[in-house]
Amino acid sequence: MAVTATDTHRAIDAVWRIESARIIAGLARIVRDVGLAEELAQDALVAALRQWPESGIPDNPGAWLMATAKHRAIDVFRRNKRLERKHEELGRELQAQQEMAVPDFNAALDDGIGDDLLRLVFVSCHPVLSTEARVALTLRLLGGLSTQEIARAFLVPESTVAQRIVRAKRTLSEARVPFEVPRGPDLAPRLSSVLEVIYLIFNEGYSATAGEDWMRPALCEDALRLGRILAELAPDEPEVHGLVALMEIQASRSGARVGPSGEPILLLEQNRARWDQLLIHRGLGALQRAEELGGALGPYALQAAIAACHARARIASETDWRRIASLYDALAQVMPSPIVELNRAVALAMAFGPAAGLEHLDTLASEPSLQAYHLLPSVRGDFLSKLGRFAEAQAEFERAAALTRNARERELLLDRARACAAVPPPGPQ
Amino acid sequence: MRFMMLVKSGENQGLPPKELMDAIAKLAEEANKAGTMIASGGLAPTSMSTRVRVSRGQLTTVDGPFTEAKEVVGGYAVFELKSKEEAIEGALRFMELHKKHWSGWEGETEIRQIFGPEDFPPKA
Repeated sequence: MAVTATDTHRAIDAVWRIESARIIAGLARIVRDVGLAEELAQDALVAALRQWPESGIPDNPGAWLMATAKHRAIDVFRRNKRLERKHEELGRELQAQQEMAVPDFNAALDDGIGDDLLRLVFVSCHPVLSTEARVALTLRLLGGLSTQEIARAFLVPESTVAQRIVRAKRTLSEARVPFEVPRGPDLAPRLSSVLEVIYLIFNEGYSATAGEDWMRPALCEDALRLGRILAELAPDEPEVHGLVALMEIQASRSGARVGPSGEPILLLEQNRARWDQLLIHRGLGALQRAEELGGALGPYALQAAIAACHARARIASETDWRRIASLYDALAQVMPSPIVELNRAVALAMAFGPAAGLEHLDTLASEPSLQAYHLLPSVRGDFLSKLGRFAEAQAEFERAAALTRNARERELLLDRARACAAVPPPGPQ
Repeated sequence: MRFMMLVKSGENQGLPPKELMDAIAKLAEEANKAGTMIASGGLAPTSMSTRVRVSRGQLTTVDGPFTEAKEVVGGYAVFELKSKEEAIEGALRFMELHKKHWSGWEGETEIRQIFGPEDFPPKA
């Protein structure tokens, strides 16, 4: 079969996806500027797109791209006499590399490539950048996504993403953010910024429902991949494994959480045969690694442990709700939030009966952030109806229906309110 | 997109050289680091295998080895990738190692996409 230019372009895309992060990371170590490194790598990509359709794809495409990008770097430095010293350094490195046999390229690059990638992760998620900028830059530099792909994933114009990336690179350069892995007291907050970015990418994909645009579920895969990379780069950080575990287990339910006409299916009603056992297996493995590293579990590992309780139950009625309730208790301590408390009330009700749930829920009644949150009256209505207090339950379901913005959910809540109203009030038989 | 790679070869080619095993281990490590390989395994020889077959309305169970098969699946890996081209690129690198470290060896890697929910979009 003849290899056409289109085939070659598609093959180049594939090579780029595999190699780009390592190339950008390796270049950033040399030029000490992530923005410049990314531009040099792009130049090499453009050169490949021009040359490979005619010359064919080289035996070691990654090495070719890296060598080409380093040549570009030398050109840039030549024009920039002030950086003479770096130029020499780079020349030596390039010469040394050319002397090596090509197949040894990976071995040479491996030396510290993991460190380079880890530095790239931390720089892309640096707190000087806005959250949107961190997300765009991380997907671009580490995920190998094009600006167009990122724009499609987040349903924003391509020019917006392009601008975000340009500004982010400028900000990093102006702030003289060093290309390094933070140490000491800086590490924990910087790592949590990285985890936040990855989980945000995941949720952006996970909250998308079925439709013609399947690019958003692909975002879950990108986030999972980034998480798995991070777990290999920073294997001693329990929260990294915790995040990976949480994402793997949540992603395992993707095929079960949307009905045939796009309607969401709640966890307890999902067909568990449709859960992806491979991802569950990976998730439980990652959670085990987080636990084995010792110490108290962090917020991601705790959420993963809760997700694992559901994953381990073959049918919904086998769920270990006592364990889930105690995990929410632990989660509330490391990550206090009214939403966590609300979930804890649900777990308590499932474990110990609706009265226990209601008791906990009523401690949240005055919580200001929950005043307009439809799930509070909705959950309260559920507990009350299970306790046979139908008149009160009806009022709660009606209140919840008035608060929700989702039409489908409103219909469901009004149905439940009507069902409560249909129950005759208790009286003498 | 999820892909399964099935590595097929004749079973009478002996044990793979250590250099190949080392190179494959390194490639697998890289794939793990890239976050793309989500499962893999090597299969026991067909002398230890059994086939359960339906043919002409009859169920039969036959133990290996199966001498009639020229090439059999010896290993598999499951990858989560963006495109088939990425899968091909990965398979090329894997087979390149065989070419380099095991002269005379013959075999193939078959790339099969594993269908996911996205392959059955809701009907309009």
